[in-house]
Amino acid sequence: MQITLKNLVRKYENVHAVENVSLSIPSNQIFGIIGLSGAGKSTLVRLVSLLEKPDSGEVWYDDVRVDNLPEKEIIQRRRRIGMIFQNFNLFSSRTAGQNIAYPMEICKYPKDEIEARVKELLEVVGLSDRKDAPISTLSGGQKQRIAIARALACKPDILFCDEATSALDPKTTQSILALIKDIQRKMNLTVVMITHQMEVVRDSCDYVAVLSDGVVVEEGPVKELFEHPKTNVTKEFMSHLTSNAHNVSEEGVVMWSDLPARFTLRFMDNKVETPVISDVIRKYDVTFNIIGAGIQKVGDIKVGTMVCDISGDSETVAKAVSSLKKRGITVEEAQA
Amino acid sequence: MSQITPQIWGLIWTSTLQTLQMVSLSTLFSVLLGLPLGILLCITSPANQGGLRPKPLLNEVLSRIVNVLRSFPFIILIILLFPLSRLIVGTAIGTKSTIVPLSIAAAPFVARLVETSLKEVDPGVIQAAKTMGSTDSQIVFKVLLPEALPSLIAGLTLTIINLIGYSAMAGAVGGGGLGDLAIRYGYQRFRTDVLLVAVVIIIVLVELIQFVGNRISAKMMSKR
Repeated sequence: MQITLKNLVRKYENVHAVENVSLSIPSNQIFGIIGLSGAGKSTLVRLVSLLEKPDSGEVWYDDVRVDNLPEKEIIQRRRRIGMIFQNFNLFSSRTAGQNIAYPMEICKYPKDEIEARVKELLEVVGLSDRKDAPISTLSGGQKQRIAIARALACKPDILFCDEATSALDPKTTQSILALIKDIQRKMNLTVVMITHQMEVVRDSCDYVAVLSDGVVVEEGPVKELFEHPKTNVTKEFMSHLTSNAHNVSEEGVVMWSDLPARFTLRFMDNKVETPVISDVIRKYDVTFNIIGAGIQKVGDIKVGTMVCDISGDSETVAKAVSSLKKRGITVEEAQA
Repeated sequence: MSQITPQIWGLIWTSTLQTLQMVSLSTLFSVLLGLPLGILLCITSPANQGGLRPKPLLNEVLSRIVNVLRSFPFIILIILLFPLSRLIVGTAIGTKSTIVPLSIAAAPFVARLVETSLKEVDPGVIQAAKTMGSTDSQIVFKVLLPEALPSLIAGLTLTIINLIGYSAMAGAVGGGGLGDLAIRYGYQRFRTDVLLVAVVIIIVLVELIQFVGNRISAKMMSKR
């Protein structure tokens, strides 16, 4: 299911608005929409998931325009959309199994079919033994698994994840992301992930769009975005990723000083293996003071990150930097 | 002071039964009237207060009616509703006819309690139900009411206790029941002992209802 957004606009008096968003979300991929709080993510997801109508603009699912469907058809269409939330939003009046049954009940599935599908879905999310558990007895990760099972109950073609991992600890986040990736492959889903965490984009998304003040400022395959972040908003997200990496060994970036550094260099793919820095030092009269470095994985490719100061007279430093850029290294300069 | 004769004990027993009859039937009718009204108040309220189908005018009108009915002193309401009682029950005096003003007095109270309980349901859960393609009636009956059930039960307990109090007041205008007994025997015939017995029975009823209500609410919460 391909989703196309054309010039979406939705404005409120107080709530963060969507100013003008056009996006093409490819079929059967995991598409991330990243933005800070207040960027308009929640509004955007409400528009795309048909919970709200845009002031202007269009939403298309494949070749069908869906934003202007009559109420009854919108309800029918929503039944084939799965959605999970930051706060899980499970029904406390129902057990885990009954939660999963809900979407099938409202679609009037026969009882025995519901029973069988609940069992099957509990297996998919690995919670077969918790069928009759009250919701309050589940951990955060288990709640999100039940929510995922519920979202998948009516065999949706789209799955929206609205900050689905923001309330979870890093380890649980990883396991939920792995589950979503696994399900996406098995069930041919188009997954749209709304998040403010760059880790989520890096670890699970194929494509990403960066949202800022209600507009998409940058979009493309995750690899490219990590390789050549163009806008300040994106760089800001990337820098959080590096500094967050501090003590997390899986990130592979080690910082040995908290001193602010002027430059962050990013080496992509094959360049990770060439001695660019040595070349530059030999060629120009500059010294590198390395504050932190490491290798991260983005999907299947490696990204080397190096946080450093380059000293020398300003003209030479500028030359060295432009030389680094010519060699395909992304150089981000901290604002003095 | 003379003793409480078996005859008077019999009278106390009959009055207790009358009170129970009045309270149970008026609870039933006030819920039948108040529950739909409360649901309507909730779903027609503005969207930012959790209204599924905001209807500002209807909501305003209903809200005003509820407020007016609730601000009437109960004793005045009974007298005003004499004609209606006569029309429905055939008489304006006695236990059965008191059920009419009791139900009408409690219905707006029930409506507000239901409205408040439903509005307390987590908006996120309602959003989830909407995203899954629930119709409005499915949201009301499969989400809002079950999610709010413990709070609704607490509200029902409160309503029954209020009705016990109201029903005793109805005794002042010939409504029957324990209140009637307390006024006619205890007050007008200076039988303090009968008055005390009537009051104690009322207290026991209230305690009992509160206890049972709390238990049911607590049991429900423990399964969530």
